[in-house]
Amino acid sequence: MSEQPLQPNEKLDVAALLEGIEHYRPRRNGWHWRELVPDQTLYKFSYKETSKGLTNSIPLPAAHYFGFIDPQPDCVVTTEIASGRFEDDIRRMRMAAWHGADHMMVIRTAGQSHMDGLLEGTPEGVGGIAVTRKQVRATRKALDLIEDEVGRPINFHSYVSGVAGPEMAVMFAEEGVNGAHQDPQYNVLYRNINMYRSFVDAAVAKHVMASVRMAQIDGAHNANATAVEAWKVMPELLVQHAINCAYSVSVGMPKEDICLSTVPPDAAPAPCMRMDLPYAVALRDLFGEYKMRAQENTRYMEADGRDATVSHVMNLVISRLTSADIQSTITPDEGRNVPWHYNNIAAVNTAKQSLVGMDGMREMVHLDRSEGSELRSKVREIKERAVLFFEAMLRDGGYFAGVEKAYFVDSGLFPETHDDGIARKSAGGVAAGTIVERADDYMAPVCHHFGDNHLPEGLDKACDLFGGCTLCDHDKVPFIDELDPVDNVNTRLAQTAELREKGLIKPEVEWAADGWVVVTLFLPTAPRVAEFAALELGKAMNLRECEVINKQVMHPAEGSLIEMKGRLDVAVDPATLVIPPEPEVMSDEEIKEFVAEKAIKCVAATVGQDEHSVGMREIIDIKHGGIEKWGFTCEYLGTSVPVEKVLDAAIEHAAQVVLISTIITHGDMHRSNMEKLADLAVEKGVRDKLLLISGGTQVTDELARSWGMDAGFGRRTKGINVASFVVKTMRERGM
Amino acid sequence: MAREDTYLEWRGHLAGLTDEELEARFWELAQQVVDPLVALARTHTSPSIERSVLMRMGIDSPTCMAVAGECEKRGLLAHGAGQVVLHCSTTWDCAVTEAARRLAAGEGWDLAAQKWGGAA
Repeated sequence: MSEQPLQPNEKLDVAALLEGIEHYRPRRNGWHWRELVPDQTLYKFSYKETSKGLTNSIPLPAAHYFGFIDPQPDCVVTTEIASGRFEDDIRRMRMAAWHGADHMMVIRTAGQSHMDGLLEGTPEGVGGIAVTRKQVRATRKALDLIEDEVGRPINFHSYVSGVAGPEMAVMFAEEGVNGAHQDPQYNVLYRNINMYRSFVDAAVAKHVMASVRMAQIDGAHNANATAVEAWKVMPELLVQHAINCAYSVSVGMPKEDICLSTVPPDAAPAPCMRMDLPYAVALRDLFGEYKMRAQENTRYMEADGRDATVSHVMNLVISRLTSADIQSTITPDEGRNVPWHYNNIAAVNTAKQSLVGMDGMREMVHLDRSEGSELRSKVREIKERAVLFFEAMLRDGGYFAGVEKAYFVDSGLFPETHDDGIARKSAGGVAAGTIVERADDYMAPVCHHFGDNHLPEGLDKACDLFGGCTLCDHDKVPFIDELDPVDNVNTRLAQTAELREKGLIKPEVEWAADGWVVVTLFLPTAPRVAEFAALELGKAMNLRECEVINKQVMHPAEGSLIEMKGRLDVAVDPATLVIPPEPEVMSDEEIKEFVAEKAIKCVAATVGQDEHSVGMREIIDIKHGGIEKWGFTCEYLGTSVPVEKVLDAAIEHAAQVVLISTIITHGDMHRSNMEKLADLAVEKGVRDKLLLISGGTQVTDELARSWGMDAGFGRRTKGINVASFVVKTMRERGM
Repeated sequence: MAREDTYLEWRGHLAGLTDEELEARFWELAQQVVDPLVALARTHTSPSIERSVLMRMGIDSPTCMAVAGECEKRGLLAHGAGQVVLHCSTTWDCAVTEAARRLAAGEGWDLAAQKWGGAA
């Protein structure tokens, strides 16, 4: 049953989750900010800007050097999910939560903002989810389980925009949604929804959101993502933020629930930090009472994940140099397709890694805002330009007149204009002519309603007129299961039921069993030729629907990098797999006792023409957790040692163990060194008295054994693995 | 209308302001911009707003759509779709959800017409 807690080694059962969904009630309302832990000590470090840790999580890759700590930054970390199927979204949310995301933003399907009313059921969306009560409730129920599993409340977020904003707000309030985008300017500029309707609706929507302390995120960042020269919209961005903030406060929303969606406007190769930083500072000066949701620049995002990640990190530097209450993350593949599972995780980890790495940096690095500094004068200039924008718009007749005159999303640096802004007519757009003046007896007999409302005198609550509204009594919230008999979660789940029931494994990136894989190819030709060559190679790999999703020229003649996606219609039955058991690890006491009893000696060396010693040191040295810790006596011969010398030393010291370290070389030296060592040991009649072990980053046990070794150890080997192997094997062989 | 960058000509009256005064001016202007928008919202409603009222009364979305749509056609949104439903529920002595269901089925519009005028 889905009410049972999730088990880390078990998959989330969507069918069980949907059982009893009609009775599920959200357990809380409102946004959750992380619980800060000032001067937190984790492992051997102290942190200045971290929060309470998780009970279950996956730390950054290098954490195994640092006691597996997983410090959680101070700010909420967002992940944006847009697969179009909530049953797959929630599995991704669980993965993201384990990596540190606590703000799940589900992107709404294209076109829903123009639907004048609510959708019901669980239809599939394009480029995002169809936001419905059932989808919201199932997702909230899953997130309640997931937050228990990771040990931190998770914020669920979607959109209170479009022509059904007030209804969305009520549904979200009823269903325990914690945050939402709400900005009437977004409707007007980017969805061409009538401006009067947008603002009238927004007041009610915001008032309802405020009643459950939903966090609000505005839509100003879209100006940045839309403008021709995005770095010039900075004055306008301040104006848009201010309009939504002032409007929200005026209709009853607390300032601390209002978040600015702010984006550093530029990206390299522009000298972006020198333009983005003054903007970030100006914004935080003016909006100090509000929250900052630091979004990543998407305007200049291309198909290269590395490029996108570097932009993200530079944006994160801005967050750490100034402030961020919510750190948003855009997946590094946003520029090429609907984001994939693992790229949500990549983006969350980029944020976590950067924020934790820059922990406390502000205490050492100060922004130079002294008189005459470039930063100070630029900050001042941006603010003045924003004030000039307001003054001009008011002279021209106010907000609605300003939109008609295309004040917004102009690529000029105001007061400069390029006459390329977005113009909307006050009498035009979707749902034009639909607002109605409230009559003298207008009445809405419900709680948390904004505007003139002629309720009878003497009521405690408006809804006492009929016995309680849904915001006061959740049992009154109606539930509709499915309206469409075909386009719903049950039919979709049925299509993949066999795979789930049999536990078959098929690759996927967004939907269960979608089959998508990515192949990375270097092809020694120009990009255009490489693209078409790659498609041929994809066919040879049995991939369907191949599509090149990124190409980069390495050199116009010498070659190109290609990343290509394709569908692989193959499922693997894990029951048919031969998986060697993981190496056993013994207890410290058991190893120590045996090593002392046998007085085990090792000779160790890096063989061949190889000057690397780090890997071997890690395995031997007591200070690195090496085998000396358990009493092994080790004779380290150094680097670039001939194998003859290694064997001679083993005989001379009467060692029982020979450890050689080798890199994989183009000339196959690793192989010949291992074979030579084994052959020499046989020739000299000592093979039975020695354990021959080789290690190196690319060594595998299988290869090493095939070349005459007793074992091979690859990347991530620890002293304990080698020590355990030695003890176990010597016992087995009666050595 | 395209315009050259006139920042230096336009900023004269701001040059003497302290940072605090400039920020205060920014927020005064923002409030001046939104005040008429808030007044518009306070005195107007919309089909979505009225459906959101009906939702809060515990009515499911297809019924909200039907009732608010009919109110819009009959010019009753100005009085509030919730008030129409409440009026019928009081008259019929039934739950508001039941009244909405009956209104969606075409009953009760004569009651609304008697009270607020328009076609029955």
